Amino acid sequence: MSHCHPATVEESSETALVGLVGNPNAGKTTVFNSLTGSFQKVGNYPGVTVEKVTGAADIGGHKVALIDVPGLYSLEAASEDERVALDVIEGRVRDMRSPDLLVYVMDASNLERNLYLFTHLAEARYPLVVALTMTDMLESEGARVDTRRMSDMLGVDVVPIVGHRGRGVRQLREAIDRNLKSPKRAERDFGFPVALEKRVEELCEQLALAGLDYPTSEVRQALLGGRSDVIRRVEEMPRLREAFEAAKADLETEGPLRPGLEAGTRYDWAAMVQKAVVRRTRPPKRLSPTDRLDWILTHRVFGLAVFLAIMYLVFQSIYTFALPVMDAVQWTFGRLSDLVSPALAGSPVIQSAVVDGLIAGLSAMMIFLPQILILFFFITLLEGTGYLARAAFLMDRLLGWCGLNGRAFIPLLSSFACAIPGVMAARVIPDPKSRLATILIAPLMSCSARLPIYLLLIGAFVEPQFGAAWAGFALFAMHLLGLLVAIPIVFVLNRGLIRGKSLPFVLELPPFQWPKWRDVWRTMFLRGKVFVKIAGTIIVAMSILIWALLYFPRPAGETAIYESQYATLPAEAREKVTQENFVQRRQIENSYLGRFGKTIEPVFRPAGFDWRLSTAILAAFPAREVVVPSLGIIFSLGGDVDQHSGDLRQALSEATWPDGRPLVTPWTAVGLMVFFALCCQCMGTLATVRRETNSWKWPLFMFAYMTALAYLAAVGINQLGRLVG
Amino acid sequence: MDNHRTDGLKFSGLRQGMRARVVSVCAHCPDVRRLVEMGLTEGTEFRVVKVAPLGDPVEIEVRGYRLCLRKGEVAGIEIEQVEAAR
Ligand SMILES: Nc1nc2c(ncn2[C@@H]2O[C@H](COP(=O)(O)OP(=O)(O)OP(=O)(O)O)[C@@H](O)[C@H]2O)c(=O)[nH]1
Ligand SMILES: [Mg+2]
Repeated sequence: MSHCHPATVEESSETALVGLVGNPNAGKTTVFNSLTGSFQKVGNYPGVTVEKVTGAADIGGHKVALIDVPGLYSLEAASEDERVALDVIEGRVRDMRSPDLLVYVMDASNLERNLYLFTHLAEARYPLVVALTMTDMLESEGARVDTRRMSDMLGVDVVPIVGHRGRGVRQLREAIDRNLKSPKRAERDFGFPVALEKRVEELCEQLALAGLDYPTSEVRQALLGGRSDVIRRVEEMPRLREAFEAAKADLETEGPLRPGLEAGTRYDWAAMVQKAVVRRTRPPKRLSPTDRLDWILTHRVFGLAVFLAIMYLVFQSIYTFALPVMDAVQWTFGRLSDLVSPALAGSPVIQSAVVDGLIAGLSAMMIFLPQILILFFFITLLEGTGYLARAAFLMDRLLGWCGLNGRAFIPLLSSFACAIPGVMAARVIPDPKSRLATILIAPLMSCSARLPIYLLLIGAFVEPQFGAAWAGFALFAMHLLGLLVAIPIVFVLNRGLIRGKSLPFVLELPPFQWPKWRDVWRTMFLRGKVFVKIAGTIIVAMSILIWALLYFPRPAGETAIYESQYATLPAEAREKVTQENFVQRRQIENSYLGRFGKTIEPVFRPAGFDWRLSTAILAAFPAREVVVPSLGIIFSLGGDVDQHSGDLRQALSEATWPDGRPLVTPWTAVGLMVFFALCCQCMGTLATVRRETNSWKWPLFMFAYMTALAYLAAVGINQLGRLVG
Repeated sequence: MDNHRTDGLKFSGLRQGMRARVVSVCAHCPDVRRLVEMGLTEGTEFRVVKVAPLGDPVEIEVRGYRLCLRKGEVAGIEIEQVEAAR
């Protein structure tokens, strides 16, 4: 960091390091993506980026390392994501020097506040280039920025850029190149009183002599009587304290010192620049498109209804749109096993491994790719338009009652896609207590990995009885459940377990934007790729493992024993089950996994789960994605369906207990879904929580409470079902 | 700027469409610093765009952008109502 005495710019033969900094939601990541060609996540709400990301850009024929960081409102970090950004800017990251140049990404439609942070960076003498984003938005509102004038006033290059359209990218490259070679000196006179500035400079020098390296802004703040660390340090040094007191007394002769002067002067300057550089081409409309949309979206009465309606529509369409595609995927895999099966008939073991293991596992998983894509389509849409920030505004009061911050709602909604980025996004919550509470409940939100099990069970048990409309509603209800359960849990957490004070809720509502369709398609594509990759690696491996554990051991002569057992069954029992099915079932029960399942069955018996369901549940603890493929294999090998239709839905609805009662009743189905909704079955999340909270205590706690909750809820539902009948 | 009188307006008294001005900001309240940095400096005027469905938070327009705050959490900022110029 540059202080009272000018810092020397480090000369290095290595690649230059350029940092992208600016206010939250200013468009930093969009600029980063356009310069490096990467696909980092963008979204129209503050706090999308919460971690530093580096990429390589080609600048003037050289490779330059570019680093994108979370947004900042000031050089005083209030939250963890801001701390990440400041550490990069001020060179506190291990194995990374401070950037050689900062590209200050400035939102042209929000100049005053964006200029405020500029004054801080300029005063700290960072070498700066300004990238001016959102000029297209400003134009559509009937205004434009005189960038030449602005450049004169700021003392640095100002390059307008619309990153996602590729406009201005070349010019920005050139500007970065020029400034890396010879940086410009940014304006540092923001109109503070001359007498004050003289004193600040003197004190700075004295502090530096005493080995205390404080930025001028901090010293000024201290002189004006604001909160500052300097005061505390100076108290310990009588000579410096005297100098401080003298300076203060001297300044007070001209009038009382007001701490508000520090920010006030900067903002006055910002307002002055804004007025000078923004030209209106036509008068502003009385109501902007954002106002019109907000009228209904954050309406006193309709706002919450609209929120629920939006969520409902999302899940209803996931259910409806995907059905035909699902059937097509199903059909394809069915054909595949029909084709492969005869070819492998020579070797029953391999045939079973491929058909009952690999194909059954993969098809059970891949069939859900369409829904996952649709879910991400909607999530990206909500993130890209700016609705998420509105949802947080609507929900703040509700969350406030249970001690959460409204900002928590954005990480929670992101967790509907996946809890891992959700947990990380909790960094934007300034208040540590609220942040921890948010982290602990984020995995209760129903992530996309739970979608397959819901769809499977709803498809097998809700839709046949109640029709597609209710099926869609059931899916919506399952997603609402996590949110509803989270509320009392947070309430309890805040009362008892988490200690600390609360910090205020401050949230910026950005203007609405049209979704950037390229971003939407790209996110869907990347997400689809991740899904297929998981299917292609973890699921293939797990499928083979589970198949093997279910198939072996098959001692010679086993079949004969079971056949003779079948012969001794009473006639009415033999009517219910064919010999082939009976033998198959006994074989499965006698497999490694079967025997293991039988041992643990009593644990899940109260919830109405037999050893097959219990085994699938246990297999899913490392990653819940595994559950549906496991079920696919278990019921393909040990299902009661004669032909291997590959239709897991059918297999589940026809499965029975040994005494012939149906295995999965509608109650069990609900119990199973609720179990998966509440259970903590994701190692990735636990590892992330461990990293974010820096302790084992919280991930362990999370695992324990979620698993207990899931188990108790499943048991409760099953017992209720038995009472009701 | 120094001879402002407060007319006792509180954030809790803000209604949709009202205009108000920041009269003074508590220098030592830790929670206020962020709000000042976001533009609520002394003398700044703002407009109440919306009060959320359950009465809190409020959305204000300040310095050309929209900001949400909880009424109870801005105790360190004193405000006064600004008569709408007709
Ligand atoms: N119209 C328009 N939209 C832009 C422009 N630049 C970025 N956006 C949009 O503005 C929103 C914010 O962009 P991001 O790149 O995510 O902003 P950021 O500064 O990285 O945000 P944080 O990571 O949250 O601090 C997204 O919806 C972008 O699509 C621009 O020049 N014009
Ligand atoms: Mg970003």
